[in-house]
Amino acid sequence: MYKIIKYILTDILRNKIIIAYILVLLSISLSIFALEDNVNKGLLSLLNLILIVLPLFSIIFSTIYLYNSSEFIELILSQPIKRKIIWIGFSFGLSIALSIAFILSIALPILIFVHTLSALMIVIVGLLLTNIFVAVALFACVKIRDKARGIGVAIILWMYFSLLFDALILFLLFQFNDYPIEKPMIVISSFNPIDLARVLVLLQLDESAMMGYTGAIFKEYFGTKLGMSISVFILTTWYTIPLYFSNKQFDKKDL
Amino acid sequence: MIIANNVTKQFGKLKALNDFSVECHSGACISLIGPNGSGKTTFIKSVLGMIIPDSGFITFNNQNIDKDCTYRSNIGYMPQIGRYPDNMSIGQVIDLMKEIRMNNGTISLDEDLLNAFQIQKITDKKMCTLSGGTRQKVSAVLAFLFNPSVLILDEPTAGLDPVASEILKEKITLEKHREKLILITSHILSDLDELVNEVIFMQEGKLIFHKEVEELKLETGEKMLGKVIANVMSKN
Repeated sequence: MYKIIKYILTDILRNKIIIAYILVLLSISLSIFALEDNVNKGLLSLLNLILIVLPLFSIIFSTIYLYNSSEFIELILSQPIKRKIIWIGFSFGLSIALSIAFILSIALPILIFVHTLSALMIVIVGLLLTNIFVAVALFACVKIRDKARGIGVAIILWMYFSLLFDALILFLLFQFNDYPIEKPMIVISSFNPIDLARVLVLLQLDESAMMGYTGAIFKEYFGTKLGMSISVFILTTWYTIPLYFSNKQFDKKDL
Repeated sequence: MIIANNVTKQFGKLKALNDFSVECHSGACISLIGPNGSGKTTFIKSVLGMIIPDSGFITFNNQNIDKDCTYRSNIGYMPQIGRYPDNMSIGQVIDLMKEIRMNNGTISLDEDLLNAFQIQKITDKKMCTLSGGTRQKVSAVLAFLFNPSVLILDEPTAGLDPVASEILKEKITLEKHREKLILITSHILSDLDELVNEVIFMQEGKLIFHKEVEELKLETGEKMLGKVIANVMSKN
């Protein structure tokens, strides 16, 4: 397994796109902190970057990388290596590589400029989101054989999580505003890792103006501490469940 | 060595393997023959664990292959179309295979083909720049490199130039005399003439017969394998 992880890590980290991605995000985060004298404002600007750009890059890059590695997977599958090990090697390789990219580009500047708990929280959320979307990409790839369809599905999934989901919540809110729908809303909001991540950070920052509907419910029902631990828990299941099912699916896939 | 028991595999509506049972023992050089889409490659890929049968099972040295993967260290596989990561060089691919295979004890490397095809001269070339024939050469080198007791060759001579094709055939004959099990599929039956001693004939995923070449020659009264098969096919 270490051999596979090592191979994938060196392969990805040599990739020019990853290097460009790190440099672009690094310059953005550095310039945000350089321009903004209030670090908390800087954090909020970076939060938007983390919530939109990070999942997009993570899911698209992983999908394309996995489809491009189909030859490599075929090659090592005829060797004495367990399927599980191949797949776990791929998922860890991708996770580690993209986490390193995130740490170098965004986490490091944040931790250098801001020394609060909120900064740490944003870094944790960024890492979680990166890995969640790697896991979602793994699941999509193993389910769909066709490359064009697979990448299309990855883009649609990202659009759903970052754009369509909010519209859906608003729609439900207006349709059912005569009913007590706070509790169902908590359940529904856990279907979107990006929303959860936003709530998590804003609970920590205590920026109620930006918390949105689901954030307000979380705060009202669970208070800050419990709300935060619940959202962290749900976020980790968002990582483990797609990973588990993709692994199971790969075990019986024909290549 | 390799025993398939009632293996069935369905792709959509097409039954690629239909209740397929066969026994292959070491020392045999077996040719898988059948029309296009008769399930030859599906069978080979099931033996390698790349395709998982819907029902039935395959054993390798009396071990069911679905739980295990170590048996693959005894198999050298040369695919029909070798697909390799584009950004790796030939040398890197060979080194990676060595790294993967070497961890369970030291195996003596068989570098005959590596030298015969003069691969050392082009180890720095990227896989994506290689011609189809050179790719086939790399596949052949990898299949023979680790001295496996079973060789599975899917259309080995397709795309090779006459010189390379002869080198490969000589190598196969050499390995045959070392009591190895060799499975070959090919549509160029004249290539197989001097090599094979058993024939598995498949059609629509079913085993039509599994016989020795000598027996078939006696039955049909023909001397060349191509004519023997043509004779049998016309009777079916």
